[in-house]
Amino acid sequence: MESSEEDGGVPLSRMAEWRDVTPLRQDDGPNPVVPITYKEEFRETMDYFRAIYKADERSPRALRLTRRAIHLNPGNYTVWHFRRLVLEALNTDLDEELDFIQRIANSNSKNYQLWHHRRWVIERLGSNARSKELHLIKSILSLDAKNYHAWSHRQWVLQALGGWEDELDYCRQLLEQDIFNNSAWNQRYFVVTRSPFLGGLPAMRASEVRYSVEAIVVNPNNECPWRYLRGLYKDDIESLVNDREILSICLKVINTKSDYIFALKMLLDLLCYGFQPSQELRDAVVALWTSDTRPLDADLATAICDILEHVDSLRASYWIWRKNKLRIAA
Amino acid sequence: MESFTSPTVTQRDQILVEQQVFSIFKTFYDMPPSSQSFMLELQRENHVEYLTNGLKQLGPSFCVLDANRPWICYWILHSIALTDEFVDPELEDNTIDFLSRCQDPNGGYGGGPGQLPHLATTYAAVNSLVTLGGDKALSSINREKLYSFMRQMKDASGGFRMHDGGEIDVRACYTAISVASLLNILDDELVQNVGNYILSCQTYEGGISGEPGSEAHGGYTFCGLATMILINEVNRLDLSSLIDWVVFRQGVEGGFQGRTNKLVDGCYSFWQGGIFALIKRLNSTKGERSIPLGDGEDSTASSDATEESSNKDLSQGGSHSEKGDHHDTSSRVNVDDISHNSSKGHAKVDPLFNSLALQQYILLCSQDLNGGLRDKPGKSRDHYHTCYCLSGLSVCQRSWSEDEDAPPLPRAVLGPYSNLLEPIHPLYNVVLDRYQEAHEFFTGS
Repeated sequence: MESSEEDGGVPLSRMAEWRDVTPLRQDDGPNPVVPITYKEEFRETMDYFRAIYKADERSPRALRLTRRAIHLNPGNYTVWHFRRLVLEALNTDLDEELDFIQRIANSNSKNYQLWHHRRWVIERLGSNARSKELHLIKSILSLDAKNYHAWSHRQWVLQALGGWEDELDYCRQLLEQDIFNNSAWNQRYFVVTRSPFLGGLPAMRASEVRYSVEAIVVNPNNECPWRYLRGLYKDDIESLVNDREILSICLKVINTKSDYIFALKMLLDLLCYGFQPSQELRDAVVALWTSDTRPLDADLATAICDILEHVDSLRASYWIWRKNKLRIAA
Repeated sequence: MESFTSPTVTQRDQILVEQQVFSIFKTFYDMPPSSQSFMLELQRENHVEYLTNGLKQLGPSFCVLDANRPWICYWILHSIALTDEFVDPELEDNTIDFLSRCQDPNGGYGGGPGQLPHLATTYAAVNSLVTLGGDKALSSINREKLYSFMRQMKDASGGFRMHDGGEIDVRACYTAISVASLLNILDDELVQNVGNYILSCQTYEGGISGEPGSEAHGGYTFCGLATMILINEVNRLDLSSLIDWVVFRQGVEGGFQGRTNKLVDGCYSFWQGGIFALIKRLNSTKGERSIPLGDGEDSTASSDATEESSNKDLSQGGSHSEKGDHHDTSSRVNVDDISHNSSKGHAKVDPLFNSLALQQYILLCSQDLNGGLRDKPGKSRDHYHTCYCLSGLSVCQRSWSEDEDAPPLPRAVLGPYSNLLEPIHPLYNVVLDRYQEAHEFFTGS
């Protein structure tokens, strides 16, 4: 147990340092529900914490006590909160605090309190902490490239302290390792839209479209680049409808007659936005329909809904609903 | 010349899960019908035993949930209520007493006696008390103090902090607004700017993230959507892209993933599945088969005033429904007033997600035959997953129902009809008739 490493596992009641404190028992009542069978060390640590917390004692020993309590239950937000009060009162070296959090993070990387505490510390350390922090988050992401807290924290650091310069390249690296990593795609969108060095979405759009299309070529069944493509045109439907590259990749994938669900879906969305299909496109779609019993609908959007209903049968009711929407819009 | 690229981490992880799940499905399909029936049975007694045991005692490993005990209460009590089973009156009393000790004198509930009040544990405590029902439970909530606690947690950004000096995110917004709505203490001060905050969290994918810029995520999407409905601002969201995102979160396993290209997890049966229950309510209150076309636009001819009043009914704590001239009021489903028109009862359209596939995943892959439900095969059961798998199952079974008074058709319930769970109120995730009792209690109607 980590706290044993810290204090040698000696009960607090046997430490001279704590002799003046009367531990405070938890007020669970006579018949508590969801009672936890606390181990002795846990119970005792929390009894002393309650006493210190009630007395609002913001001392060095209180700081040590919170460390012990956090090791036993990193989810106790009251302890983290009090620790912050003590750190402030003692004006403690916050760089060491980062090391402490790091140790807790090794086995608790998905804990809300830890990440929130880290933000609090970094806020106080300022931009000097920036590169070390970005580096640390990178190492956590190398163990789990989709850790939600790590990504949120990374975005916060970039916005609060900067460091945008290498971020797009970092996304590229991650996507090279795993093109299916949606967190990396999301980060890419974040950088492209918010980095002060890239000129914003309109400036980046053309190259990002190319990047997405390259990803689609390799894995047309990867949902990420398709949603990313759509996202690049978030507030500019007209440009979306007129983008030749998007049209071209849809056609290309449909012509392979395999892994074409997202391509058809994109085409459906374009049609709903007013896109006028070419004969070549119509023919490519018709070629997908293999039923002898039923001809494909003359309306291309309707036809696509029918095809999707069959090839993406898990979502049949969604495609039927989309088809019905077409009729109402007409 | 094609080169073989080794599978990425995402692909590898996904393949492993698919293998496990498909192996279960194959075993199932190869069984004789009588065995299949058994496999599809909801193991009610075992689940209730597992849950009740947890209410009475938890082992030392639960130390890491020592700041989450109201949550454990809620997960257990709500699950038991879904199965329409009873909790020993003594245990109920003990729960009310215990939660009172978690209540802070200055408002809100902490994760245990003496702990700092926290919006999430407040949500869990209030939902637990609502689930227990009865005057004693409901009157134990100090609404005035709770309101002032919430006002203190309110942030200028429009969001809420989870606790004093705590984190701000969409989850905090939901827990605050859900509780305030349920207790009839929702006001303009609390609602101010929440919509703007949540709107800033809808991502390019269509789903909603925890904070602006983060990845679209099932839990936050549920929280964000529910909150927007509760504060009457749901049409500000791009609903068609939200729906489009969430339908694609259902995987070949039948269950839902939390984010694009991540693994299926039983708890998303509710977080993602519940979104469809919310959408269904939205559509039915507009009095027509109104379908959002995109970017918040609506295809109905109803005026802004009518839309506003129908939205209000959805979230209104009050008992009266605003009857506009433009509505076909006979087919409206008011969140508060469910008893009406029982002749209809069933939707003419199928749910937008694959309800039977999800039920199959829950029943065959999430159930622990010794009681309790889990994330996926290979993971251990826990109370959280039990709660959300069962909540998701309830949503699935009711996904064709327009009218909560009419029992679902047998075809809506996978497995024996005895699998049927109690209906929930999807905005709060409490059993519907407990919601109704609480609503009457807190609005004095």
